[in-house]
This record gives sequence, structure tokens and C-alpha cells, in this order.
Amino acid sequence: MKTVFTGTLPSGLVLLVLLALLISTPAEAHEVNRLNAAGATFPYPLYARWASDYNQQTGIRINYQSIGSGGGVRQIVARTVDFGATDDPLSAEELAEHGLVQFPMIMGGVVPVVNIRGVAHDSLRMDGEILADIYLGRITRWNDPRLVAANPGVPLPDHPITPIRRSDGSGTTAIFTSYLNRVSAPWREQVGEGKAVSWPVGLGGKGNEGVAAYVRRVNGAIGYIENAFAVHLDMNVVRLKNRDDHYVKAGPESFQAAAAKADWAGTPGFGVALTDQPGKNSWPITGASFILMHRQTNRPAVARTALDFFDWAFEQGHASALALHYVPIPDPVIALVRERWLTEIVDKQGQPVREAQP
Amino acid sequence: MSGSNTLPARGRWGDRLFQGVALGFALLVLVLLASIILMLLIKAMPAFEAFGIGFLWSAEWNPVTHQYGALIAVVGTLVSSLIAIAIAVPVSFGIALFITMLAPQWLRRPVVTAIELLAAIPSIIYGMWGLFYFAPWFADTMQPWMTTYLGAIPYIGALFQGPPIGISVMTAGIVLAIMIIPFIASVMRDVFEVVPKALTESAFAMGATTWEVAWKVVLPYTRTGVIGGVMLGLGRALGETMAVTFVIGNAHNLSLGLFEPGTTIASTLANEFNEAGGLQLSSLIALGLVLFMVTFVVLGLSKLMLLRLGAQEGKRT
Repeated sequence: MKTVFTGTLPSGLVLLVLLALLISTPAEAHEVNRLNAAGATFPYPLYARWASDYNQQTGIRINYQSIGSGGGVRQIVARTVDFGATDDPLSAEELAEHGLVQFPMIMGGVVPVVNIRGVAHDSLRMDGEILADIYLGRITRWNDPRLVAANPGVPLPDHPITPIRRSDGSGTTAIFTSYLNRVSAPWREQVGEGKAVSWPVGLGGKGNEGVAAYVRRVNGAIGYIENAFAVHLDMNVVRLKNRDDHYVKAGPESFQAAAAKADWAGTPGFGVALTDQPGKNSWPITGASFILMHRQTNRPAVARTALDFFDWAFEQGHASALALHYVPIPDPVIALVRERWLTEIVDKQGQPVREAQP
Repeated sequence: MSGSNTLPARGRWGDRLFQGVALGFALLVLVLLASIILMLLIKAMPAFEAFGIGFLWSAEWNPVTHQYGALIAVVGTLVSSLIAIAIAVPVSFGIALFITMLAPQWLRRPVVTAIELLAAIPSIIYGMWGLFYFAPWFADTMQPWMTTYLGAIPYIGALFQGPPIGISVMTAGIVLAIMIIPFIASVMRDVFEVVPKALTESAFAMGATTWEVAWKVVLPYTRTGVIGGVMLGLGRALGETMAVTFVIGNAHNLSLGLFEPGTTIASTLANEFNEAGGLQLSSLIALGLVLFMVTFVVLGLSKLMLLRLGAQEGKRT
């Protein structure tokens, strides 16, 4: 027995010391050098890029887990993460109920993509009602008179349309169905909007990559994906007719045009839907991705670190955002968001966690 | 046996300790099972409160209006698994027969190794292979053929209708079949090998053909084991998630056509769990509970089948 003890005693001591260190360091640390976050999958590539750039500049690690918007909301409500992210903005009531603050971080566009043999890239045009009727199963063939009328000169084949959509609940679907809901009365009555809906027709693919894979696989397919995916995979993107009756091409300019006219200040939590916005260059299926934080925090240092990171992203993250096909939110909105931080994110004593920056 | 009395005290203690630990592990399984069922029941309660027992046969699944029912997913699960079993059992029987009775000695090892390797492939690989290679090939060759010839048969012809995309309940069933063949074939091979040589040799001596020996001697002798193997495969098919999600089309619609997209319980859970909340989350957990029950019933039925077979044997002798 003695030999056993002499063997284990030192290692036991080491273990104890290690444990003590583990317990004591976070409690005594004044510097926060690590942030945990979770949420939407759509902005993940950008947040990961920002996190790595920020880590190189400041040494602060940001661990963002792309578990989906719904998961992000659940995690921040349960206080297991320092900030959450969602593509589907929470309503004023939901924000109040959980004591959360919401602000936009980045924007992107959802684009319809098609795969029709013989139809060239960038040549197909549609309006919202045609798109809705395709997803309602009312337009079933590519040579439907309405499609032919909207596309003079495009060789549309007598081939069935296979609508593809997301099988998993997603912010992309929320933005897409919000658009169809605004432009089509039959869609409003029959389906509605949300992160997941009851689709009348079509196949479901998991994730943007699943939808893209199905569209590329099936001749005659139409799907909707985030613009970044469409660009990376070089897919045939449809031009859409916007509110001002212009056919627009998807891209950063048309997404920014859609965001410029929106009523950001007047919408609680900035939760404005950017679909079907006025403006001759506005892309009609644009959406923002949001950050969620607790209004009152008992760890002000952590909240301050998070806000510093967002500030840095607003300041220095634009180039990397555009490179990854995301769109920065308009400057006046950034100013507005910074203003809200001062009044809305406070510590237990009601003091703002972050002072106004010079 | 008075030998145990002569053991030193420490040995007896060790024995008891071992017994206790083993018992603990055995109980742990039961406790885990009970707590999983309990958790499922508690979390599924809101769904059952909202929809009642009708949840089980409602074909509605609408996250916008918050109407949920299990029927489509249950039917998709059972149909895809049945297709898988219908294909996998005869094929596995052939494989096992070939290995144990027909194959030359030098060929056995490679075939056995190949089957074991198939069993080790992760299911997501089957899903990707199914989506990118099998589904296109199936859509261009097998499916048109089946729709033309089998689709023309009255009554069952309706089963073979659907768009030629290759993403369907049928594709899911076939991919599942490929996934469970290694399991069923391995079990069959193992039990075929324990058939006493005296039995098969005497049948051969009486002039029986290889088929007669396989069908009338080997199979009846190993019935219990064979059914066990089939149930193992069925259990895996019922719960398979990733491979099915890739190729089934994930559509909540109820259709007679096997070439139409569908969904299963496991793939619905995989698709919707992340973003679900409230009643949808509760309904998904209720679906999980239903899968639990379906698996339980299937296992129960197989046990019952074995018991009845055993009883008949008793009468015959």
C-alpha cells in the first residue's frame, strides 16, 4: 500500500494544484480574452474570418458556433453564450420577455437559382408572383405562358419544374417566404412565412449546400440560396422584378440599395424586414443578420469585450465582408446601433458597460 | 463446493465487489433506458396535450400554423425500411450461402473482409454516394424502366409513379438496403457456419442438391439466428438518419408513389431540431417517442415470432 501511495501522492498534488488554477483563473481575470457565441449559419463564414483577424490583432479569441438561428436564440436566453446571432429578427415582445438587445451586423441576399438545359446564365427573369406560383405548384412547366411572356427570346423548354427548398428550419427560408408573403396573395393564404413552412410541392435539401446540390443535379430545378453560395458555385441566378418594376441583378449594390430605404430607426430591435423594398435598384429578397445580447449583464467586462469586437467589425470588417459576398449595413444604421449600445446595454447598477468612443 | 471457503477473505471481497460492479453496470442500462423514456414523455407532453392521441395519425405538419402529426414520417419510416428489408434479406441470404457452402476457400476471406468493410463505412458517406452517384444513375436507368414495366401493372402500378429525379422513398430504401446487407449477411454467415457438418453431409449423401440442403436443412436449423439478423438490420434501417436525409427528398407529403419524395422520423428530427422551438420542438420529441415505440413493437413482434416458431417445433417432435 505504501508504495502505491508514494506513487500517487505527488500526481494527486499536481492534480489539486491544476484544479485550483482552473477554478481561480477565470474568477480573478480582469481581462476577458475569450468570447463564446452561437447562432445563425448564414453569417458564420464571415464571423469566423472576423474572429481570426481580430484574434491576430488583439489576442482575443471568439468562439462562434454556427448551430442555427433558433439555437442561437435558445443559447443566449439560457445565458450559455456571451452573444447570440439570428437571421430571423425577434419581435419587440420577445426581446422584452427575455431582456435582450438586438442589432444588425451584416446583410446578405437570397437568390433564386435555376438549372435548365439550354438556358444561359443570367438570362432568366421572373416577378414575385411567378416565383410564388412555382413554389405553390401552380406553374409546373418551364414553357408556361407567363414565364415565356416575361422572357422573350429565352429558349424555355417544355420540361417540368422541380422546386427545391430547405428541409431544415433556416433564416434563409424566413427571408424567402417573407418575400413571397409580401408579393403573393395566394401564398399568404395557403402557406405563410417562417423559418420552416408547409411546402405544397418540391424537394427539401439540407442547408444551402443541400439545396445547391439538388439544383445542380436536377435538370429543370429551381432553388433559393444565399448569394455567397450562388457566387461560389457559379450558379444560374434569376433576375427578379422589384417593387418599382425593374428587373435587377443580385449583388452587393442591389442589396445595399434595398437596405438604404428601410425604416431601421422606427423598428424595435432594428428587426426590419428588407424584402420587397422600394427603390429602382433594390434586390427584393434581402435580409440582415442580427446579434443578440442581454440588456442587463452581471459580467460587464464580457459585454464590453463583445461590443469592442463589433465596433472593430463595423470599423475594419467591411473589406473582408465584401470579399466573402456579404454586404455591410449602411453607415447611418451603424451610427444608430452605436448610440443604442450606450443606453441599452448596462450593468447591474444601470451604468452603460461601454462609454461613448471619441 | 466447499472450495470457496478456503479462499482468503480478500478474494471473497473481490468477488463480491466484482458482482456488485457488474450488477451496477447492468442496472445502469435500465436506468438510462427509463430516464430516456421519461425525458421523451415529459418533453413530448405539450404536443400530446395540444393534438391528443390524434397526433399519431394526423398527416399535417405545418410549422406556420403549428399543426403537427406523425403519420407521414411514420409511414415513410416503415415503407423505406420495408423496401430495404425486402432487398437486403434475399441478397444477404445469397451472400451467406455463397461464403459458407459454395465459395472456394481462397475467395472466402476477401469476400468476408469486403462485407466487413462495407459495415464500417459511415452513414454520411452512403448518403453522399447516394445523392451524387446512385440517385442520378437510378433516375436515368432503373426508374424509367420500372415506371414503364412495373408501372403498367394494375393496382401495384401506382407504386412506381413519380418524377424521374432519383430522390425518393425508393432510393432511400435501396441505399438503406446496401447499408444493412453487411449486418444481416454477417449474422447469417455466422449462424450458417455452426450447422453441424453431420447434418449437411448426410443430406448431401441422400442425394439432396445444394439448394435443397440450404433451404431444407441449413435454414430451418438456423431460423432463430437468421431472424435475429434480419431484426438487427431492420432496427438499423428504422433509425438511420444521415443517409436517408440525403436521398429521400425531405418532403412532408403522403403519396402512394414510391418515386415521390418523402420523409422519415429520423430525417425529420435531423432536419428540424436545430431551429425548432415551442410546440414544434415538443412535436419532434413526440416523433422520437413514436420511433422508440415503433422499434419496440418491431422487436416485440420478432420475439413473438421466435416463440411461436419454437412452440411449433415442440409440436412436431
